[in-house]
Amino acid sequence: MTQRRSRAAGARIRHGAAAEPDLFAAAGVEVARYEPALVTASEVAEPAPASRRTARDATGETATAAVSVCAITLLAREVLEGAFPPIWVRGEICDFKAHRNGHWYFCLRDDTSQIRCVVWARDRARIPAAPDEGMQIVARGQLTVYPARGEMQFVVNQLDGVGDGLWRKALEQTRERLLRDGLLDAGRKRALPKFPRRVAVVTSADGAAIRDIIAVARRRSPGVEIVLCPARVQGEGAPEEIVAALARLERWGGADIVIVGRGGGAREDLWAFNDERVARAVAACGVPTISAVGHETDFTLCDLVADLRAPTPSAAAEAAVPVRDQLMRELGTVRDALRTLLARRASSARRTLGGAARDLTFAAERAAERRRARIEGAAGQLHVLSPLAVLARGYSVARGLDGETLVSARSFRPGVPFELILRDGAIRATTDERVVRRS
Amino acid sequence: MSYESDLARLEAIVGELQRDDLELDQALTLFEEGVECLRTAQAALTEVEGKVRMLVERADGSYSLGELGG
Repeated sequence: MTQRRSRAAGARIRHGAAAEPDLFAAAGVEVARYEPALVTASEVAEPAPASRRTARDATGETATAAVSVCAITLLAREVLEGAFPPIWVRGEICDFKAHRNGHWYFCLRDDTSQIRCVVWARDRARIPAAPDEGMQIVARGQLTVYPARGEMQFVVNQLDGVGDGLWRKALEQTRERLLRDGLLDAGRKRALPKFPRRVAVVTSADGAAIRDIIAVARRRSPGVEIVLCPARVQGEGAPEEIVAALARLERWGGADIVIVGRGGGAREDLWAFNDERVARAVAACGVPTISAVGHETDFTLCDLVADLRAPTPSAAAEAAVPVRDQLMRELGTVRDALRTLLARRASSARRTLGGAARDLTFAAERAAERRRARIEGAAGQLHVLSPLAVLARGYSVARGLDGETLVSARSFRPGVPFELILRDGAIRATTDERVVRRS
Repeated sequence: MSYESDLARLEAIVGELQRDDLELDQALTLFEEGVECLRTAQAALTEVEGKVRMLVERADGSYSLGELGG
C-alpha cells in the first residue's frame, strides 16, 4: 500500500510540474500514515516516460534546477488534495469572521494545533446557523493549500455543533423571530370546527401519513371527505412544496381543517417542518391547522404555530374528525333537552294559568267585599249626618216655598210664607217681624 | 347552514328555553326551530359518501378534485 500511494503521489507530481518522484518521497511517507484508502486505482497513473524529461526541467534536484514558489505550492496542494478525500474534522471554533462577500473564515483548533478554515458562501445554505466562537464542532471538507499564503486550508462544506449544536441554534433563532412576530401567542390558536366536512392534508402522496389519516377518518366519520394536497416532505425543495401546497389550499378555499405533516423520521427528515417559511405559512393559513410531524419528543416550529399539535398523523386525524356515533348521541341529548324544556314550559304555563284563575276569583271576591264595606260605611255616615237626627232633638229647619233652606234672619221677609220642618212633620207659617242681630 | 352553526343555534335555543320569562308562543317557535336544526345536523352526520380526493390545480388557475386510490 505504501508503495502504491507513493507512486500515486509521484504520478500526480509529474503530471503537475514534471518533478522527480523521489523528490516527494517524504510526501509519500506522510500520506502513507493516513489509514483509510485514499487513492483509488484509477488515480494511480503509470510513471511518465523518460523521454518527457529534459535537461531544462526544474526538478529541484540541484540549485540550477530550482522550482518556483508557485510550482511547489501548487504541487503541495495537489499532493494534499490527492492524499485526503473529503473528511470530518472536529475541533473548537476560533477567530470566526463572516466576510461581507458571504464567505466564512475561522480556525479549528485543539490544545496543540489549528487549521485555517473557510466556508464558501454557496455552501452556507447547507449549514443551519453560524457557529459561535469557542463552540465544539465537526466540519466536513477538503484539505488543501491556499497558494497566495502557502498555508494549509480546510475548505468546509458541512458543519455541525457537537451534539446538534447548530441545528438547535438555528431552531432557536427562528423560534425567537416567530415569537417576536407574535406567531407563538396562545391567543392565536383557533378552535377546530367540531365537524369538518372536508379535511385537507398536506403531505407526501406516497407516505404512510396519508394512508393513516384516511384509515382513521374513515373509521370515525365515513362522511368526511379527505383532500390530499401533495407535497414532498423531506429533502431538497420540501419547504417550498409545503408552502406552495398550503397556498393552493387557501386559493381553493374548500377545506375546513388542514393537517400538515408526515410520519416519523430522523431529525434531518423532519427539518422541512422547522423551516421558517413553512412555519410562517402554517401560521398565516386561513383554515385551522393541525401539525402532525411524527415525532414523539421534539416539537417542530410547525407544531408551535399550528392551532393544534398532534404527535402523529393518526392522532391528527383523530383530532380533526369526531366519532360520528358520538355526535349522534350528543344530538340525541340535545333533542331530549329540547323536548323536556318545552314540556316544562307548557306545564309551567298551565300552572300559571291555574294560579291566574285563582287570583282572579280572589280579587273579584275582595272587590265585592270592599264595595259592601264602603256602602255600609257610607250608610253609617249618612245616618250620623242626617238632619232628621237633629230634628229629633227638638231643632227645626226653615225652608222657603221654593225649597231653599233659610238659615239667616235676612232670608225671611215679613208676610212671606215659609215652611218649618220638625221631627214629625212640617208647618206653614208667615213672618210677622224680622229682627236682624247686628254682628 | 353547517353542522357547526346548527349546533351553535341549538345550544342557543336550549339556553333560551331555560329562561323563565319566555312567552309560551316564543317557546313553541324556538322549539320548532330547534327541531329543524336537529334535523339538518343529523343529516350532515348521516351522509355516507366518504371520498378521498387529490386537489389538482389546473393551468388556468381553477381547481378540481381528482379521485385518489386509497
